[in-house]
Amino acid sequence: MILDGKCPSGPLADKWDNHRQDLKLVNPANKRKYTILVVGTGLAGASAAATLAELGYNIEAFCYQDTPRRGHSIAAHGGINAAKNYQNDGDSIYRLFYDTIKGGDFRAREANVYRLAQISNNIIDQCVAQGVPFARDYAGYLQNRSFGGAQVSRTFFARGQTGQQLLLGAYRAFSRQVHAGQIRVHPRTEMLDLVVVDGEAKGITVRDLVSGEIRSYAGDAVILASGGYVNVYNLSTNATGSSVTAAWRAHKKGAFFANPCYTQIHPTCIPVSGDHQSKLTLMSESLRNDGRIWVPKNKNDQRPPHQIPEDERDYYLERKYPSFGNLAPRDIASRAAKQVCDAGYGVGSGRGVYLDFAASIERLGEDTIRARYGNLFDMYQRITGEDAYQQPMRIYPALHYSMGGLWVDYNLQSNLPGLFVLGEANFSDHGANRLGASALMQGLADGYFVIPYTIANYLAGITPGKVRTNSDEFRDSTAQVEGMTNKLLAVNGRKTVNEFHRELGHIMWEEVGMARSEASLTTALEKIPALREEFWDNVRIPGSGNDLNQELEKAGRVADYLEFGELLARDALNRDESCGGHFRVEHQTEDGEAVRDDENFTYVAAWEYGGSGKAPQLHKEPLSFENIELAVRSYK
Amino acid sequence: MNLTLHVWRQKGPNDKGRLERYQAKDVSPDMSFLEMLDEVNEQLVKEGREPIVFDHDCREGICGTCSQVINGQPHGPQAETTVCQLHMRQFKDGDEIYIEPWRARAFPVIKDLVVDRSAMDRIIESGGYISVSTGGVPDANAILIPKADADTAMDAAECIGCGACVAACPNGSAMLFVSAQVSQLAKLPQGRPEAARRVCSMTDTMLDQGFGNCSNHYECEAACPKGISVKFIAMLNREYLKALPKLKPGSMSN
Repeated sequence: MILDGKCPSGPLADKWDNHRQDLKLVNPANKRKYTILVVGTGLAGASAAATLAELGYNIEAFCYQDTPRRGHSIAAHGGINAAKNYQNDGDSIYRLFYDTIKGGDFRAREANVYRLAQISNNIIDQCVAQGVPFARDYAGYLQNRSFGGAQVSRTFFARGQTGQQLLLGAYRAFSRQVHAGQIRVHPRTEMLDLVVVDGEAKGITVRDLVSGEIRSYAGDAVILASGGYVNVYNLSTNATGSSVTAAWRAHKKGAFFANPCYTQIHPTCIPVSGDHQSKLTLMSESLRNDGRIWVPKNKNDQRPPHQIPEDERDYYLERKYPSFGNLAPRDIASRAAKQVCDAGYGVGSGRGVYLDFAASIERLGEDTIRARYGNLFDMYQRITGEDAYQQPMRIYPALHYSMGGLWVDYNLQSNLPGLFVLGEANFSDHGANRLGASALMQGLADGYFVIPYTIANYLAGITPGKVRTNSDEFRDSTAQVEGMTNKLLAVNGRKTVNEFHRELGHIMWEEVGMARSEASLTTALEKIPALREEFWDNVRIPGSGNDLNQELEKAGRVADYLEFGELLARDALNRDESCGGHFRVEHQTEDGEAVRDDENFTYVAAWEYGGSGKAPQLHKEPLSFENIELAVRSYK
Repeated sequence: MNLTLHVWRQKGPNDKGRLERYQAKDVSPDMSFLEMLDEVNEQLVKEGREPIVFDHDCREGICGTCSQVINGQPHGPQAETTVCQLHMRQFKDGDEIYIEPWRARAFPVIKDLVVDRSAMDRIIESGGYISVSTGGVPDANAILIPKADADTAMDAAECIGCGACVAACPNGSAMLFVSAQVSQLAKLPQGRPEAARRVCSMTDTMLDQGFGNCSNHYECEAACPKGISVKFIAMLNREYLKALPKLKPGSMSN
């Protein structure tokens, strides 16, 4: 099937304005008759729930955390982009649009990305009005910093914890609506199924993580804002509870999964220290503003970094990409780190490169560096025991973000009417690689400024409150979820959930990681189903389903990863080109740069679930570029 | 290194609960405290026993989920460090470690080390926001904010809402938490119009939810993983005094 993204026609700059005029409205008195279910309370979910509640809709909000204030958006450090051009350095909506399309290696929709760039400015205004304490200069004006993939300073920040401040801003707006009775919150509640009635999304089935009770909720529409899926690699910068489960269960009920092979590997994370490792910690990309990345010019150089003279250091990013230098985009910086380490120049365990602040400290003073990045240096010291003011940090790439996600059209609606997908959970705006400080922008754009318009268009066409939880579809859904829970508990094997997750992560990292080939992907497609079979034969989950059982929660998520990982590998095998975060070793230039195949792969790959044990079906949404000419993505 | 753990186990809110002994063997100094517990739990699962239940999520010290009292100190012995960021190099071979949940009247135990902190959400819901709806706001630079005020607001805004301040306080007070929220918004021009209503409403809710009051022990500041200063409690008190005559006429003369 050829999918239609339903992008509006007309000039790029007018598309969103014209489209908003065409969308149907729900009148204020009727809004209270509709109920919308929102899954996830990170930036996208909280901002959507708050905004829709302000408009008068009834919201049921669900999160697995103990409070809606803890979505993993909270961990974003560096900042949020906007095309304000406060710095007078040449920024514009068009430039942010262009940088994002190029950063995504020409695999995103022009219309979506242009809208994102337009809305970016409203987001900053909104956050300031909510009391988000962005950094300011002595005159009281907002400050900006630079991020990867851009030659302007357009990133707004609140120390090294911008995500936290934006999320708490959205959470405060959300809390105001809880107080007003417009939002009902369901914390410690995990979505385990989507309920589809007559082809439209009309409810969800959840497990109360404290009581173990499985129950269903009906609504007039469902919004999924459940985040990304890179924990399929086991070790990533995501929270331990982040999972593909909500999205995957929706996929199994008919929602298409788009571009799952587009995963982002972040270049600046603290290297793995041992098998006990439970997560990887990101050191913000903003560090690359003042830190210089290097490795020794001699292989296996065991000298401590300060004993290696300047002319025996290879500042490989500055050498290879003189115009962007240490601020080359994430995928390029990550691959460059892997290349130097694979070639034997890595430091520490051999899986690491230096991120050195000595030059900046000499130029700006330690106090300035401390003011900019103090909390990151402290975190580095707590984890590694090393002082980065005295010696360079060691960093290595780690899984960080998923550009792929459930397929949505321009209205953020999936192929299932009534199912809307926001934030990292959808695939829409970042193409094959996301630029730094753009995830926060997208999450809030979707929640504050897109969904309020587009969901009304759907709701205006349906009768509110038509579906109740006593219908067959809901009974079937509850029975199915209960069945899976009981099946997991009944296996009673010998291996822990964590052991399976580690093994899956190992397969994913080795065969479907930073460098993928037909051979490695074929291997993954053999190993993953075998591991899945073993899981259902040999996993051990103590306790019962009737109370707080964290092993059971993890088991459900890992069971989904064992299915989803296969789809990711299949998508990577299908995409026989290199683009952005997806690097196929068969398609590279002599000096290791990605080579796209625009003739055959300028499309979104949207996969339809084929049923248990059956191959998924591929649908294509062709991408057309009317305003930007497809070019080789160069940062040299 | 090898360690002996004494861990609070409690099946549910109605169970009395008790400390149980576990051995943690071959612990690497590079492990985080939670990774050490992960390994103990894997062993328990392999033996078919129920693992120790504890809250955790981001494991990078920002989400505020993790919450354990270690050897009597919320978040353990290292200053300005959450449990998830605490690493085992802070301990030595042969150590005995006591691990308990947050203990406060407002935080009932759910299971083992997991407590219910939703009372903190109810404090925010009662007024911890600026009543602005999405859209129709001025340009972000239209209202200038002096750097000193923005920085002070940010100092307060660092609060991760973990509740260590409550667990550390002999009165089970949430004063440091409330003061951080109140001060952040009171320092910003956008937050001024509602400042009086906000401070009264939030402090009233704090007391309604079963938190105690402040009697200047400063244990909260010592336990806070983000180093939130008790000066914000002074700021809260000033805001409260300023608000009383506006909201409760006559209250100052009583």
